[in-house]
Amino acid sequence: MTLGELTANLIKILPLCIVIVWACVILLVDLFIPKERKAWTAILSAIGLLVAMGFSIAQTGVDTEAFGGMLVVDGFSQFLTILVLSTGLAAVMLSYDYLNRLGIQRGEYYVLLMFSISGIMLMAMAADLIVIFLALELLSIPLYVLAGFARPRTDSEEAAIKYFLLGAFASGFLVYGVAIVFGATGYTGLTDILQSIQGGSVDMSLLAIGAALILVGLGFKVAAVPFHMWTPDVYQGAPSSVTAFMAVGAKVGGFAALMRIFVTSFGVLAMDFTAVLWGLAALTMILGNVVAIAQKNIKRMLAYSSIAQAGYILMALVPYGQKDVIVDAIAAALLYLIAYAFMSFAAWAVVITLEKAEGEGLQLSDYAGLGRKYPVLAAIMTVSMLSFTGIPPTLGFIGKFYLFRSVVEGGFIWLAIIGVLTSLVSAYYYLRVVIYMYMQDGEPVAQRDNWVYLTAAVTGVGMIVLGIFSLPLLKWAYQAAISAF
Amino acid sequence: MPVSYYFALSAILFTIGALGVLIRRNAIVIFMSIELMLNAANLSFVAFSQLHDTLRGQVLVFFVITVAAAEVAVGLALIVTIFKTKQSINVDVLNELKQ
Repeated sequence: MTLGELTANLIKILPLCIVIVWACVILLVDLFIPKERKAWTAILSAIGLLVAMGFSIAQTGVDTEAFGGMLVVDGFSQFLTILVLSTGLAAVMLSYDYLNRLGIQRGEYYVLLMFSISGIMLMAMAADLIVIFLALELLSIPLYVLAGFARPRTDSEEAAIKYFLLGAFASGFLVYGVAIVFGATGYTGLTDILQSIQGGSVDMSLLAIGAALILVGLGFKVAAVPFHMWTPDVYQGAPSSVTAFMAVGAKVGGFAALMRIFVTSFGVLAMDFTAVLWGLAALTMILGNVVAIAQKNIKRMLAYSSIAQAGYILMALVPYGQKDVIVDAIAAALLYLIAYAFMSFAAWAVVITLEKAEGEGLQLSDYAGLGRKYPVLAAIMTVSMLSFTGIPPTLGFIGKFYLFRSVVEGGFIWLAIIGVLTSLVSAYYYLRVVIYMYMQDGEPVAQRDNWVYLTAAVTGVGMIVLGIFSLPLLKWAYQAAISAF
Repeated sequence: MPVSYYFALSAILFTIGALGVLIRRNAIVIFMSIELMLNAANLSFVAFSQLHDTLRGQVLVFFVITVAAAEVAVGLALIVTIFKTKQSINVDVLNELKQ
C-alpha cells in the first residue's frame, strides 16, 4: 500500500481517525491542565466527538470499503457511528459534575471514554472477523478501567475485576470461534467466508461450532442470558456515569457485530441458529424481567432491565436467514437501539442527580416524594419508565411495535407473545418506581447540575417527540438496513 | 503430522482453559486460564494456516498476542489494586455487590 492509497483509505474512515487522534492529543494536553480546571478536558473531548459527528453526517450516502475490504463504510455503519457519538456526548455531559462529586475528576476518564467510543465505531464498520475481535477489545479494555475508576472504593474495584475476568473469558470464546471459522473456510473476511461456503467445500459442523462460539463471545458483551452474570454486579459497582455509557455503548457495539456477522456470512446456518437465537431471546426477556422485580437498588434494577431490553433487540436476529424479512428486522433493531439509548440516558441522568457521594441514594425508597419536590425530574423518569415498558406515545412503544411486527412477519408468533407477556411483567417494576415517586412521602435531595439536567430534558422530550413523529427515524433506520443487507 | 492433531491439542487446551476459569478461585490463575484459551486459538490459527496454505492465520496470531499483552497490562493492574484493598486475590472475597 502506497502512501497515497493509505491516505485515501484513512479519509474514508475519517470520523474514526478523528476520535482516536483527538483522544491521543487530549491525553497529552491534559497533562498541562491544572486539577481544578479539568472542565477543559471534558469540553475538549466533547468538541472532538462533535467534530467527528459532523464528518460522519457529511458521509451520508457513501457506500464503500476501506483497507482491502476489512472495513465497510455504509449507511449501517454511519447510523451506528452517529448513535454512538451521541451516546459518548451524553456520557461526557453526565460525567463532569458527577466525577467532581465523587472526587475522581481525572483527565484519563475522557480519554478512555473516547477510546471506547472509537472501538464501537470500528465495530460498526468491521467486515472482517479479526477486525471485529480488535474492535471488541478496543471497546472493552477502556471500559474495564472505567468501571474501576472510583478506586479505592471497593464496589468499583470489584465491578472492574469481575467485568475484566468475564470480559476476557468471553473474548477467549470469540477468538476461538474466529479460529474455527477460519479453519472451516480459510478466510476471515465476512464476504469471503460467504463465498467460501457457497463454493461448497466447507465442513458445516465445524462452521457451526465456530459460529456458536462467536455467538457466545458477543452474547457476553450484549448481556444475553445465560451470559449475563456479570451485568448486575458491574452496573451496580461502576460509577453511574460509566454504567450509563456501558449500558448503551457496549450493547450497540455487540449488536452491530452480531447483525453484521450473522446476516452477511452465516445465512446458511439459519436452520440451526434460528432455534438457538429464539431460545436466547426468550430466556433473556423472561429472566431479565422476572429478576428485575426483586431488585431494591435502582442501579441493579436498571441492570436487569437492560438485560431484558437486550432480549427484545435479540428478537430481531431470530429471522436472520429469511431474506425478505431481514431488512425489516434489522431496521426495527436499529430503531430500538435509538429508543434504548434515549430511555437509558434519561433514567441514568435522574439516577445520577439523586446519587450521593458515598453511594447512597440508590434505593428505590430514596425516590419517594420526588414527584412533589422535583416535578420535572420525576416527569422525565416517568416518561423513561413508560418508554421502557413500551406504552404509547413514547419512542419505546414505536420500537417495540416494529420489533414485534418483524418477528411476526418472520413467523415466530410465540416469540412475539413471550415478548408482549414479559413487557406486561416489566410494567410491574417500572411503574413501581413511578408509584414511589408520586404516591409516597420522602425528602429526596437532587444535585443541581445543568449538564445532567440538559441531558435528562433532551432525552425526556426526545422520547415523546420522536415517539409521535417517528417516521423520519424509521426511514433512516430502513436506509441503514437496506444499505448493508 | 495431520492438522487434526494440532486442532485436537488446541481444543484440549481451550477446554482446560475454560474449565480453569470456571473452577479456580485465584484471580491470577483464572487469568492464566484465559491466556491458555487465547493461546489455544493461536495454535489452531497457525495449524489451519498450514492447512489452507495461506499466511493469513499466522498474521492473525500477532494481533491476538498483542491484544493479550494489552489485557495483561490492565488485568494485572486491577488485580494489584484489589490486593491492596482486600489483601487477597481470591475471587470469593469479592462479594460486596449483592442486594
